[in-house]
Amino acid sequence: MSAVSTPVRRPRRPRPEQPGSPLLLGHGRLPRVLAGTALTVFAAAWLLPLLWAVATSVQSEQDVMKSGLSPFKGAFTLSAYRQILDRGNVPTWAFNSVLTAALVTALTVAVSTLAAYGFSRGTFRGRRTLLALTVAAIMVPPQLLIVPLFEQMTMFHLVDTYAAVILPQVVAPMMVFILKRFFDGIPRELEDAARIDGASELRVFWSIVLPLSRPIVSAVAIFVFIGAWNNFMWPFIVTNDPDLMTLPVGLATVKDAYGIQYAQSMASALLAALPLIVMFLLFQRRIVNSVATTGLGGT
Amino acid sequence: MTTTAPAGTTAPAHQPPSDTTAAPRRRLSLTGGGGLFVLPFLVFFGLFLVWPVVQGIWMSLTDASLSLRDTEFVGFANYTEAFGDPDVWSSLGNTVFFTVISCVPLVLVALAMALLVHSGLAGQWVWRLAYFAPYLLPVTVVTLIWTWLYQPDIGLGNQLLTSLGMEPVGWLSDESVAMWSVAALTVWWTVGFNFLLYLAALQSLPVTYDEAAALDGAGAWRRLWSVTLPQLRHTTVLVAMLQVLASLKVFDQIYILTKGGPNGSTRPILEYVYDVGFTGYRLGYASAVSYVFFAIVIVISVVQLRFFRQEG
Repeated sequence: MSAVSTPVRRPRRPRPEQPGSPLLLGHGRLPRVLAGTALTVFAAAWLLPLLWAVATSVQSEQDVMKSGLSPFKGAFTLSAYRQILDRGNVPTWAFNSVLTAALVTALTVAVSTLAAYGFSRGTFRGRRTLLALTVAAIMVPPQLLIVPLFEQMTMFHLVDTYAAVILPQVVAPMMVFILKRFFDGIPRELEDAARIDGASELRVFWSIVLPLSRPIVSAVAIFVFIGAWNNFMWPFIVTNDPDLMTLPVGLATVKDAYGIQYAQSMASALLAALPLIVMFLLFQRRIVNSVATTGLGGT
Repeated sequence: MTTTAPAGTTAPAHQPPSDTTAAPRRRLSLTGGGGLFVLPFLVFFGLFLVWPVVQGIWMSLTDASLSLRDTEFVGFANYTEAFGDPDVWSSLGNTVFFTVISCVPLVLVALAMALLVHSGLAGQWVWRLAYFAPYLLPVTVVTLIWTWLYQPDIGLGNQLLTSLGMEPVGWLSDESVAMWSVAALTVWWTVGFNFLLYLAALQSLPVTYDEAAALDGAGAWRRLWSVTLPQLRHTTVLVAMLQVLASLKVFDQIYILTKGGPNGSTRPILEYVYDVGFTGYRLGYASAVSYVFFAIVIVISVVQLRFFRQEG
């Protein structure tokens, strides 16, 4: 994705932090100290479970079971990680997760941007009705569809295939709606100039509208990816073959089989969490800004 | 394509009647006027959303089961059975209870976090990472970590309690505690998203009102209460509505953490649907129960909309 290169090109702002509102706290010293303390307490409470898991994952199973409030009760060892990687399933599941999440994201972004452009600029008959249907579909909880979707997959003989995991996740009415609203806001004069020059609709979409929509498209891609990576219920229902499971589903079966092995459980949990944490560190500002651009934030 | 194309294919803003003047023939035409752009989406939409919704309604009127074949039409029998089924009511009750005890902190904690981060103290990215990171974790990872924290003998929770001289708690085994444990996990896991929504809203607020109030001598609390919070009202409405809908659909973390136990005390309605459909093989009945649930969700969202509209 081109998103990687964008932060480099953008000149660094002179202000190291987003400033917030200094007014909010006034100029007194006491409110600053109080706010700083509250921030730290929250952050500690939110990071503690993660740190506890990290500490647990780098000890032997015996040491973990010793009592005592210290998270670190024994010698440092990576044996839990080694055992997990040796068992071989985790790399397979990680591959499945990356493959399915990437394909879901690519397909969803392609299908949704095209549809949003069609809904925004199209004049075809039935446009309003179809758009209204799409918006109404946002209300349908995905869980409602699990039973009939499973029947459908059985009928198509797709149970235990990548296609079954991927295809139903591509329907994202919310994303179509968000993109359409953004496209609506792009002034049409730019496109009309291109049309007069003889550009086809596809060309206008590809060369004018899409480049202007970079922030919203990458925001949608990020949210679709997070959603697909973390999706549990649907892959859980539609895969039984351990070789086709995604990380969240596979780890749930490990927990059932090795419930007592806490060091290994924590190690596998952290391995599964790592890719998204790294992604967040890379795209942090973009993720935060994207919430604003999707129009979910704001007043 | 040619110079005449723009008039016909674009700019409905300039000529809105174009759609309605051709009204007599209300046939769907996807090949002209940009309809092809929408086509791929419509294929997915029809196959994987409209079809299952319709098929689900049909199934709910039959005795369909996973064991297949000779499905019979049973009319509304599944629905009448659902209304008389105590498990439907108890799991609905659990769902509502979870929604209440999770939504309040999920809104208030997110607001507090966003206000604190927005107040401009140093180290913004650290706070943002700390509060948002759990949201990035897959549900299995979150439940693995918390199963460990809730472990009865050597888990962090009970170690903390005993070190303070208190009695250990059966976090996941005590019927009166288990749902609170699930809610605590859920707040920790998902509050980051609401936090981001609030933070984005705060960053887009105009500072002028705040400055004016400060010039008029309003103190920090006064300005928070009378200027900032009222400006955040729309965001709060949005966050609260999204959160209620999300909490009503709780399933994943409960299924992995407690399988609905102990003694059904944490089983939400969607897990009941799953149990009936995939463990009990009664797909028809499971569909009926899920449509009853969907009807309730719609009623709740309409009520919410009305309520908030009056407020705003």
